[in-house]
Amino acid sequence: MDAELEREFDRVVDAEQRIEPRDWMPDGYRKTLIRQIAQHAHSEIIGMQPEANWISRAPSLRRKAILLAKVQDEAGHGLYLYAATETLGADREDLTTKLIEGRQKYSSIFNYPTLNFADVGVIGWLVDGAAIVNQVPLCRTSYGPYARAMIRICKEESFHQRQGFELLMTMMRGTDAQRRMVQDSVDRWWWPSLMMFGPPDEKSANTEQSMAWRIKRHTNDELRQKFVDMTVPQARALGVTLPDPDLRWNDDRGHHDFGELDWEEFWQVVGGDGPCNRQRVAHRRAAHENGAWVRDAAAAYAARRAGSDAEEVA
Amino acid sequence: MSWPLYEVFVRGKRGLNHVHVGSLHAPDDEMALRNARDLYTRRNEGVSIWVVRASAITASSPDEKDPFFAPAGDKVYRHPTFYSIPEDVPHL
Ligand SMILES: [Fe+2]
Ligand SMILES: [Fe+2]
Repeated sequence: MDAELEREFDRVVDAEQRIEPRDWMPDGYRKTLIRQIAQHAHSEIIGMQPEANWISRAPSLRRKAILLAKVQDEAGHGLYLYAATETLGADREDLTTKLIEGRQKYSSIFNYPTLNFADVGVIGWLVDGAAIVNQVPLCRTSYGPYARAMIRICKEESFHQRQGFELLMTMMRGTDAQRRMVQDSVDRWWWPSLMMFGPPDEKSANTEQSMAWRIKRHTNDELRQKFVDMTVPQARALGVTLPDPDLRWNDDRGHHDFGELDWEEFWQVVGGDGPCNRQRVAHRRAAHENGAWVRDAAAAYAARRAGSDAEEVA
Repeated sequence: MSWPLYEVFVRGKRGLNHVHVGSLHAPDDEMALRNARDLYTRRNEGVSIWVVRASAITASSPDEKDPFFAPAGDKVYRHPTFYSIPEDVPHL
């Protein structure tokens, strides 16, 4: 019986159709999706922190309103994605618990600190930019609810990237000190942004199966190359230098060559020893615990109203 | 205890049907509506929202080959293309 169901599942996936929540699916497919989508949702939620750090100190009301809207979008992205995991049978509270107990991961990029206001622009340009390169192919991922969440997210990400680039252009037209801030920020975020695409293909344990299931559509290295090729002309337009002496156009390959990433640093941050890992999780835990009375009050209010409605009917 | 799950439907603009956009948790119907506004219509994506408890929905299997839809499968005469009409007959 399972073999027949599996053939049908494979047929749907191979025909580029979508798997929907109530369809039969292999256990591994379900587990892989829950892990990947939860990790993605956690990244959106933890990703609010580095930028929220600057909301109260934004240099103008315009920048503050933009930054608030962006951070609120990231909360929305997290919620769309948690909702997608629930269609697979995951429990939202359980996922939150796993995050604040450090048992599930999120993107390592958010374990770096935001040290000056240019970081808000560079995050929008490079970090959201890398996220877009990762996420656009996921709009065609084989699991319907995930694909639909990604379509919604990608539409909103375009605002994120453009507001970042505009912010940086404004600073680059400013004083020497402002231009130095932008360059300093690019120097700090460039390599971590490249790490967002994950380990090199030969070290990526899950890629092959995920590609067969059409969850993933491109390898990590393919997407990283695409991001580098896209970003080089943008950096030129901005007038900043990408901090890689090996970065140059290769006519034979039709792509930019670039230097080796510091994989030791990558694994260290993934392993929990980045500059802000502990702070990020502690902050998420505190927010969750400090919100307990709100959740309790809302539930008590709902219960009391449900009770008095029942009385009125009787 | 966690809040119940609601499914959210949004009418994009007047003249269109409400379409399912996703789900959320809320303590009661009213909060579900407010949360749905904040979560699914931050950019004027809708003019009307329905929320309904997920537990109140009865669903068929989404698999198109499900025998549930078999009664419609062999009734090709329900479609206009079933009928052949000479090319030169106008407005038909
Ligand atoms: Fe996002
Ligand atoms: Fe974003």
